Formats: sequence, structure tokens, C-alpha cells
Amino acid sequence: MADIAPQKPVPVTVLTGYLGAGKTTLLNRILSESHGKKYAVIVNEFGEIGIDNDLIVESDEEIYEMNNGCVCCTVRGDLIRVVEGLMRRPGRFDGIIVETTGLADPVPVAQTFFMDDDVRAKTELDAVVTLVDAKHLPLRLKDSREAEDQIAFADVVIINKTDLVTPQELAVIEEVVHAINPTARVYKATRSGVDLSRVLDQGAFNLERALENDPHFLAHGHEDHVCGPDCDHDHHDHDHHHDHDHDHHHHHHHDHGHDHGHDHAHDHGHDHHHAAPSAIHDVTVKSISLRGAEMNPDRFFPWIQKITQTQGPSILRLKGIIAFKGDEERYVVQGVHMIIEGDHQRPWKDGEKRESRLVFIGRDLDREKIEQSFLACQADQA
Amino acid sequence: MPTVAPFDLDGHVIATQFLGDVPFFATAAGEIRRLDGGEKVTQAHQGMLTCIKDPFSTTLLTGGEDGKVMRIAADGSTTQIAEAPRKWITVVAGGPQGSVAYAYGKSSHVVLSDGTAKEFAEERTVEALAFAPKGLRIAAARYNGVTLHWVNTTAPAADLDWKGAHTGVTFSPDGRFIVTQMQENALHGWKLDGKAGEARHMRMTGYPAKVKSLSWSPKGKWLASSGAPAAIVWPFSAKDGPMGKAPLELGTRSTIMTTCVAFHPVEEVLAIGFIDGMILGVRIADGKEALLRRPGKGAITAMSWSSNGKLVAFGSEAGDCGIIDIAA
Repeated sequence: MADIAPQKPVPVTVLTGYLGAGKTTLLNRILSESHGKKYAVIVNEFGEIGIDNDLIVESDEEIYEMNNGCVCCTVRGDLIRVVEGLMRRPGRFDGIIVETTGLADPVPVAQTFFMDDDVRAKTELDAVVTLVDAKHLPLRLKDSREAEDQIAFADVVIINKTDLVTPQELAVIEEVVHAINPTARVYKATRSGVDLSRVLDQGAFNLERALENDPHFLAHGHEDHVCGPDCDHDHHDHDHHHDHDHDHHHHHHHDHGHDHGHDHAHDHGHDHHHAAPSAIHDVTVKSISLRGAEMNPDRFFPWIQKITQTQGPSILRLKGIIAFKGDEERYVVQGVHMIIEGDHQRPWKDGEKRESRLVFIGRDLDREKIEQSFLACQADQA
Repeated sequence: MPTVAPFDLDGHVIATQFLGDVPFFATAAGEIRRLDGGEKVTQAHQGMLTCIKDPFSTTLLTGGEDGKVMRIAADGSTTQIAEAPRKWITVVAGGPQGSVAYAYGKSSHVVLSDGTAKEFAEERTVEALAFAPKGLRIAAARYNGVTLHWVNTTAPAADLDWKGAHTGVTFSPDGRFIVTQMQENALHGWKLDGKAGEARHMRMTGYPAKVKSLSWSPKGKWLASSGAPAAIVWPFSAKDGPMGKAPLELGTRSTIMTTCVAFHPVEEVLAIGFIDGMILGVRIADGKEALLRRPGKGAITAMSWSSNGKLVAFGSEAGDCGIIDIAA
């Protein structure tokens, strides 16, 4: 029998963001800048992409519910078809980019890469990248849940068009983004001008790489995550939550954003001052950051199974690093709705604190219940 | 002992077909190569997505990433049937009197031999098309079922509903049944000649993988399918098809999945292609197996028999293909 070298899965980047957030500008940069890589792009409409390229495929968004009785188990049927077609000639490109429509729910897109066996065998979801229009985000959050979902679901958030807002307004937007999704890497940009190495090939869904790349995962200080071409902005606003009690993350941000907005409105009298303070009120997604000691695997696995089974529809993303008692390796988990994956990642380093950290991002999550049951999985728990 | 004449190509082979006794090999890149006193090449598309044999003529029908629908004659000459710029044509079907159906997005199209074009709006994206064996009627598979259209009359479309995404569709040769492949690891069938109030649905489940390949036995008594570590062959000779009956499992290998099945044109003999490139021939009557090809470089994606039933042309996703001489 001939030796068959397993084909390396092709990375897939999902690009989301509201109409006008700058997706097309970013796509055009990816397609035209010289970075030595070629990308196949799946778009809903050719629209403004002014580049003639036979690797741009137009596809009608087609959401299929899987017939397994789970309402959150949705996939994009059109992507299955297009990806299957593209992967018959894999030598032509280094990666695939899926651009969603402004109103699209990113979840079925992401789940396609986990739930369809053929797609999963040949591709690997690399990261969900969400562009946010700094000027219009507060309004978007008022209008719809999609804008919020797109941020909540992202691995990378690019706050774009920062030149159209004041530093104070921008600080509020950053707070909002962080309140919705404390695990995303956040960059600020004008004209989608973010370094493409921050967007492509992130390995955010790769258990080996995801959390390794992100030494600040779940760390309290978040300032290193927020950087961009205009990096000379005042970082002081981040100090507010730097030393805050982790367990009150969300509430803290709520208050903070509120105050911030009001101050800002009074100081500057900007015409958006009504939108800004209300932005955080319009946030319905919350994150629950848990921290515990070493876990008992016999308690932890049934617990995480049960919680994703029973509360899957409410969970947009979950990510965590788990320390198991007597286990020399870090265990990483991640999930999308009811889909959960976990694996050993690497040995604990000398001096590294062996603790378990887990973040849930979702809606209608019972923080107290989740936290109590999580802590009950600790190994030294009676 | 069967012999294999290898004929290796670059890239994924999407179809192998015989027109007369000449084998044709179609690649995802868009080339059609035929072995007709030497190798001949036709560039049919910039990126080919589907290539089928027209059951009503001695031609091939193809669809491509270039939005074109083409007819390929036995001598390799091409005729463009239709073009939808910038759309991917993933499904085509051949019908009576030179008619051709194709689809993109939420519409099915039929082009008649005189060039008349008909369009049928669908509720959801068309995943697959098939012509009924009799009468100018098409079936369009979609999310939550199949829609049947009479091409030349104004009779209303008929919907066959079943929850879930239907990604392939085929009529039984006698036209009594329609069977779809589903996004789930299952087939679904409808009995078309049932009386009012009679159960019409046929659920065919239990596959460990998606069903990618279907083949009817020459007289339509059996429907073979891939998607398991054996060919799953459903009996359709009874009035109610496979209802309440267990399928045959042929060519069982413990963990190696089947990816392609093709019935002999005359006899109840099935060629079974596997994910590792192996091909078995199995007789339905007694389950007797013959090794037709050893494992190769990739999953078998295409197989077809010559009309005399002596040759099998096969291809794989890795590009290794060839012709098996059964009688040798």
C-alpha cells in the first residue's frame, strides 16, 4: 500500500462585521498586498471587491438545522458545497476566507467546520475576526443582537474607523467590546489598517496553539491586547479594571462604562453622547470567568458535558485551561454551543501556577450556579 | 484474475464514464481525458464541479466554476448549453429529447433541445436534480424535501417534504420511488405510486458516514449506497420498497469506509470503491467477492462500467485512476 501523507488542513478565517465596518477594505488588502500567500474567498456578493480573481466564490447563505433535535446545531449548507469544491484543488491557495453578510450569525459558519465530517477532515477553522465600526457600534448594539453576537463570538476584534471618534468615545467602545468578550484579542485601526499577521493564521480554534499564543488569556490586565497603528492612545482607562476582582468582571464594566459615558458627554458635548452611555446597557451577552484550583477529572468531565448539553443554546463560546490533579500537562478546552473539544496541550512549566480557568460567553447564563458547580469539581473538594 | 491498467492523472478525479467503449476521465481542474486510440484531452471548464453521463444519449453533461453547462460528445467536441456568469454549477441532469437541467442558487433551469429555457423558482438552494425516467419531469432536492416540476405544462409543482437537508436525488428506474441523500448520515425515500393515506415515507438510516454514492441495479431491484464499511444495498422489488426490510451489507471491511458504488449494466454485480482506493466486485446472489484493485493513493471518487460490462473505469481523489479488465 502506498504511503499517504496526511494533507495539512487548510485554515479558514471567518470575517464578520456589520455593513460599513470595513470588511471589504480588509478583504481587498488581503487579496492585494504581497504577503506571499493566496486565499480563496467565499463572499455573499461580489459587491465592492474590485479584484478579478477566480478564487472569489459567490455563495448564497443557506442555513441548515441538523436533524438531531438540537436547535443550535446549524450549519451553512452552501459552505459545505463550496468548500468541498475548493478542496478538490487544494494546491491553488493557502487558506480560505469566509466573508459573512452584515447581519449574519457567525455561529452556523463556525459550526460547519466542526459538524460536517468532510469539511472537518480537510479544513480547520482558524479564527473568527469581527470588524467593528467605532462610530456606529452603539447604534448597532441598540438595533440588533447580531452586532453583539459577532463580537461575542470573535477571536479577534478590530475596532475600525477610530479616526471618526474622540479618544473618549473610543475608550467606551473598547470597554463595551471587552465587556461582551473578554477573551478576544482587540486591535484598533483606521481604514482596516491592521497588520495582517494579527488577522490570518491565528490558530484560535487549534487546541495546541489557541491559548499558547495568548499569554494574557483571562489575565486581569488587558491592555496588551489592545494595540493598533494608533497605539499612542492613553492606556489609563485600562487601569481601572486592572486589579479588580475577577469574579465581578462584568458588573464592574457595567458601572465603568456607564460613568465613563456620562463624563465624556459632559466634558465634550459630543453629539453622540446619548448613544455612548447607553451602549453597555444594550449588551445582553455576558461572560463568566471562572478560576479554581486543580480539578478532579471524574467530576469535571461529566460537569462540562452536562453544562454544554443543557445550556448549549445559551453558550456562544467557552475557552479554558484546566489543571487536573496528578496530571503533568495542561488540558485545554473550547466550545461552541453544544460542541466541545478538549485535549492535553503541553506540560506545566516549573513555577507556573497550576490552576483552572474557564470563560463562558453567552446569554442567560446563571453565574452563581455555574461557578458553584465548577468549584465543586475541584480535586480537594469533599 | 482481473487486471488493472493504470492511467494516473494530476488531481481529483470527479467522474469516469464510458461513451460506447471509450473511457472518459474528468478532473476537478476541468479537463476531460479520453482513451480513444491514444490519450485525447478536452478542456471543458476552468474548474469542473460535476460530470455525468446523459442517460438519454451518448454524451456527457458537465458544470463548472466558470458558470458554464456543457455537453461533451463521444469525439470530445463540446457544446455550451447555458452560462450563468460567476455562478458555480454544481448540479446538472440529462432528460428526454435532448433536455438538460441545471441549477444555481434558488432556481432550477431546464434547456430544451430547441434552446427553449425554462426557470423554476425554488424555496431553498437546489442541492441536486434528477429527471424522472418517463415524462419531462424534474425533481429538485433542497432543504426540507424535494420539489417536482413538470417542465412543459403549467401543472403546479408537487412538494415532497421531509425535515432536513437533502443533498442528492434519484428516481428508481421504474419511476415508482424517489430517494434522496441527506446531510445527516441517512437516505430518505418516497413512494410515488401510493394510494391516498398510505404511508409514503422510507427512512433508511444507520450509516456511520454521509452517503456520497448511489447506484441502482440494472432492473431497479436494488439500490446500493456508500457511507459504511460495506456497501449498503436496499431491496426495492417489493411494492413498498425497502420498508420493514433489512439491507444487504456487501464487501464488508472492518473499519474501511466505502466511498463509491456502481452496478454492472446487466448483471446483479456491484463494484465497491473504498476510501483507501481498494475496489471489490461482489455478486448480489451469493455475496461472493473478487478483488478488482488493491488500495491506492486516495479514496475512490468515481467508477463506471463499459456497456458490455467487461471494463470498469475508476478514479480517486488523489488522481490515480485506471481501467480494470474483469474478464482478463
